[in-house]
Amino acid sequence: MSAYLKLDHIDKTFVRGATTTQVLKEVTLEIEKGEYVSIIGHSGCGKSTLLNIVAGLTTATAGGVILEGREVNAPGPDRAVVFQNHSLLPWLTVYDNVRLAVDKVFSGTKSRAERNDWTLHNLELVQMVHAKDKRPGEVSGGMKQRVGIARALAMEPKVLLLDEPFGALDALTRAHLQDSVMQIHATLGNTILMITHDVDEAVLLSDRIVMMTNGPSARIGEVLTVDLVRPRRRLELVANPTYLKAREAVLKFLHERHRFVEAA
Amino acid sequence: MTTPALKFPAQDAPASARAPRATVVALPSPKRKPLAARLRPVLGVIAANVVPPFIVLMLLVGLWQVLCSSPTSPLPAPTTIIQNSWELISNPFYDRGGLDKGLFWHILASLQRVAIGYSLAAVAGVGLGTLIGQSTWAMRGLDPLFQVLRTVPPLAWLPLSLAAFRDGQPAAIFVIFITAIWPIIINTAVGIRNIPQDYRNVAAVLRLNPLEFFIKIMVPAAAPYIFTGLRIGIGLSWLAIIAAEMLIGGVGVGFFIWDAWNSSLIGDIIVALIYVGIVGFILDRIIAGIGAFVTRGTTAA
Repeated sequence: MSAYLKLDHIDKTFVRGATTTQVLKEVTLEIEKGEYVSIIGHSGCGKSTLLNIVAGLTTATAGGVILEGREVNAPGPDRAVVFQNHSLLPWLTVYDNVRLAVDKVFSGTKSRAERNDWTLHNLELVQMVHAKDKRPGEVSGGMKQRVGIARALAMEPKVLLLDEPFGALDALTRAHLQDSVMQIHATLGNTILMITHDVDEAVLLSDRIVMMTNGPSARIGEVLTVDLVRPRRRLELVANPTYLKAREAVLKFLHERHRFVEAA
Repeated sequence: MTTPALKFPAQDAPASARAPRATVVALPSPKRKPLAARLRPVLGVIAANVVPPFIVLMLLVGLWQVLCSSPTSPLPAPTTIIQNSWELISNPFYDRGGLDKGLFWHILASLQRVAIGYSLAAVAGVGLGTLIGQSTWAMRGLDPLFQVLRTVPPLAWLPLSLAAFRDGQPAAIFVIFITAIWPIIINTAVGIRNIPQDYRNVAAVLRLNPLEFFIKIMVPAAAPYIFTGLRIGIGLSWLAIIAAEMLIGGVGVGFFIWDAWNSSLIGDIIVALIYVGIVGFILDRIIAGIGAFVTRGTTAA
């Protein structure tokens, strides 16, 4: 039957003056409810553009996005985005940043007290209650991204969109946050679409990895199913043959395509 | 040492006559000593900030005294000013009716005009700035016009303004308005245009309506720019009001200065200038202070 989230023959062409650049060509992808799908590809392959199309922040030139059987073409809280650079509002406290989203999404359905509880609950999910009265400028990069995740989760989105959420973080902080996201995914069963350029991250977190060819006119090259049982623990996976195989497959894909482009 | 002392009063009150009790008494004493010691660095900071300007001021006044003390000097020396204008300096609140008032009343009248003209300019400036910052069409249409109009000197508007309003008071207020509005418009527009795309994306995902977007994203994000414009605006207003009042007359510090010149009371002019300078400085600090308070956090992204 029809999938929970469907990307249907998406084309994207940018026109600037006389030059037109086709960024995405015929991208079709079906994602089931509760699935964790990563999109990986070299920089400039249009993966962020694809995420923006799903979020509704960019419109597709052709094709469309179907969520639960209905086409979506404008941004909305049902597809909450965790932005690469956290995008917290610096003049609001951590609490108020999340509360802004909660107030907007649940203004009609939750009372004031319930909205307060819901805000705190989501901050608790990312272990940020202790810093709720601080401003984004006063907490570390990893903490900001935690708040960004809390804000997105607080909207109770149908799909959670992660745009290279850990790209700007150091390796140790990134590992902590990846564990947090895995835990949240296990608890809440969110449907997640994540953009990444980190092979280990993709394999560790995803049920499926979508590999994009290089742009222009990037397409989906291959889709790899990661057959690893959850909960996954990064230390146990280090020597796991399935993990290593998946990792190798993704690396080979990226490596070969990359060389292909250099030759062309 | 402190730990047993802290535990004691709460729980083991009966068994109090013991050695740890002595530490309880000992605790406040080390606190009291730093109080005197703590004042010393504070005084040091005050001294470091107050002493240099004080010395420079004394030297300059001394130089002035030396240069202007000859009987043929066209300008009065500080001592002469204090002698001749003592009433003006000692009592800024006198009011003998008509235009014969203390400097306080003249400055108050000027401040009232500035307050009205500047408030109108702030509201209209932020509004228009938001419009041309947000809409490309409005920017293309209005920006060239603004760029030309803003170079018109404030006093050049006065005759036109007098012709339109047929009265000195609204004419002066209009001159303040037209002087202060340009930097407010231009800085607001730049601030709005510089709102990061990220914040717009957040607003889009949250589906903020235009009013919510204006209040919750635009104003705080552009606030540092807006306050830069407001600060330049208040400075220009104060510059313009003095000049405008010289021409329109009535109560006001500008008129006071012109009147003193006509009466050859050079000392009064200098006293008024000092007042004008101090008030201008205070106005600037007030806007800067409000700006710092409102935009706290915004700059530390």
